[in-house]
Amino acid sequence: MLAGDDWRLSPSVSLRPEPFGALVYDFSTRRLSFLKTLRLLDVVRRLDGATEVEAAMRAAGVDDVEWQGYLSALDELAATGVLCKEAS
Amino acid sequence: MTATALAPPPRVGRLVDQFELGLDAPICLTWELTYACNLACLHCLSSSGRRDPDELDTEDAKALIREFERMQIFYVNIGGGEPTVRPDFWELLDYAVEHHVGVKFSTNGFRITKERAEKLAATDYIDVQISLDGATAEVNDAVRGQGTYDAAMKALANLQAAGMTDFKISVVCTRHNIDQLDEFKAIADSYGAQLRLTRLRPSGRGADVWDELHPLPHQQRQLYDWLVLNGEKVLTGDSFFHLAAYGDPLPGLNLCGAGRVVCLVDPVGDVYACPFAIHDRFKAGNIRDLGFDHVWKHAPLFEELRSPQTGGACAKCSAYDSCRGGCMAAKFFTGLPLDGPDPECVKGNAEEALASLDRGQLPGSSQDHSHTGTVRNAPVGLTLGATRTRPTSACDESPVAGMV
Repeated sequence: MLAGDDWRLSPSVSLRPEPFGALVYDFSTRRLSFLKTLRLLDVVRRLDGATEVEAAMRAAGVDDVEWQGYLSALDELAATGVLCKEAS
Repeated sequence: MTATALAPPPRVGRLVDQFELGLDAPICLTWELTYACNLACLHCLSSSGRRDPDELDTEDAKALIREFERMQIFYVNIGGGEPTVRPDFWELLDYAVEHHVGVKFSTNGFRITKERAEKLAATDYIDVQISLDGATAEVNDAVRGQGTYDAAMKALANLQAAGMTDFKISVVCTRHNIDQLDEFKAIADSYGAQLRLTRLRPSGRGADVWDELHPLPHQQRQLYDWLVLNGEKVLTGDSFFHLAAYGDPLPGLNLCGAGRVVCLVDPVGDVYACPFAIHDRFKAGNIRDLGFDHVWKHAPLFEELRSPQTGGACAKCSAYDSCRGGCMAAKFFTGLPLDGPDPECVKGNAEEALASLDRGQLPGSSQDHSHTGTVRNAPVGLTLGATRTRPTSACDESPVAGMV
């Protein structure tokens, strides 16, 4: 599971906020994906390479019931290269 | 489109339901740069051939690119006509990349030289799609024109040699190439390309050849089974959602995105609900009047398309949730009501309506830029259907066609 304080949005990725969440586009892989909630968008925006994943989730208001679902979503974002480690 | 939905956190509706209400900007925007084309494909959905004197000039086009950037439209699908025949095509491509608008452009490949291929391979922002409608020259050239198979193969070889990866081979599925799906896949694999299959539409000149070219019912089943088997490895531009009524949904969004997540800007700046619906009935406005952003957000046509749809005669069908009634453009151009079944409804629900249609009442095209004279690379399968571009005598066919 994603943890630590060095995660951030990959430099080749852009977000476009939409009423449901956001569109995510990676210019290097030309791959489009979606953030399906506004809260997930909020979490992702808080990952600035210096904020703990857990702290970002708490600050965005992710509750215990939703916790695992959000962690899985973040894992997938890392696996597809949307999130990367700072200076890695 | 290449799209994946992330594992759904709790309390989330289906993305499809969100998309049907529309987005702040399109996900998938097609921009046809010119009606000019060096070819005269029988099934051209934009009835292209001759340039329109009112086409957007270089400055208009650049202003539109800047508007795309402001709207965060990440990439556009550029087509035509044949976009590379515009003298400013490569300039506009560079301009789009500088403005963070990625481009995937469709081309017949005639102008994808070694030098161009190397430039294209040098940036991540550009993707190329070579049109190929037969896995053999015989099948391809009958629809696309003499020498077009060889030209496409040469372009593919140039792209591969330049180190370009994941470029696309785009195939319109017809009655004559459904048996070639494995061969198309093999061609794509051999060039390191990705195969993209799309549906033939009765749009533009496609209406003239629809009866001869659209896949027969058993071929639709064949296509569906092939897509289920080959799944994520093949792109479809979401164009086969009408086949979802066979059972399992196909990979992709499975919805009609017209005016909701998709639209078309044509060479003169007219905005249409989708690339297959170039007709006054589906024209939302022109970018020169109010700007693209305004047309996208406020055009009455788009607001209508984003309002809840009733499903009409299809609502009582058990498959409605899967196919959503099929393709709006396919219905319109075959003379069927928009709230009824698709002409290729896999349940056969359109057969009765199609049989009782007065063919003289079909809507036809509201624009036609087809060549009026002879074309060097004219389709060679003249038995496929009447074409306005057939050579008037054997001498009109260039003896060197396809050699360059």
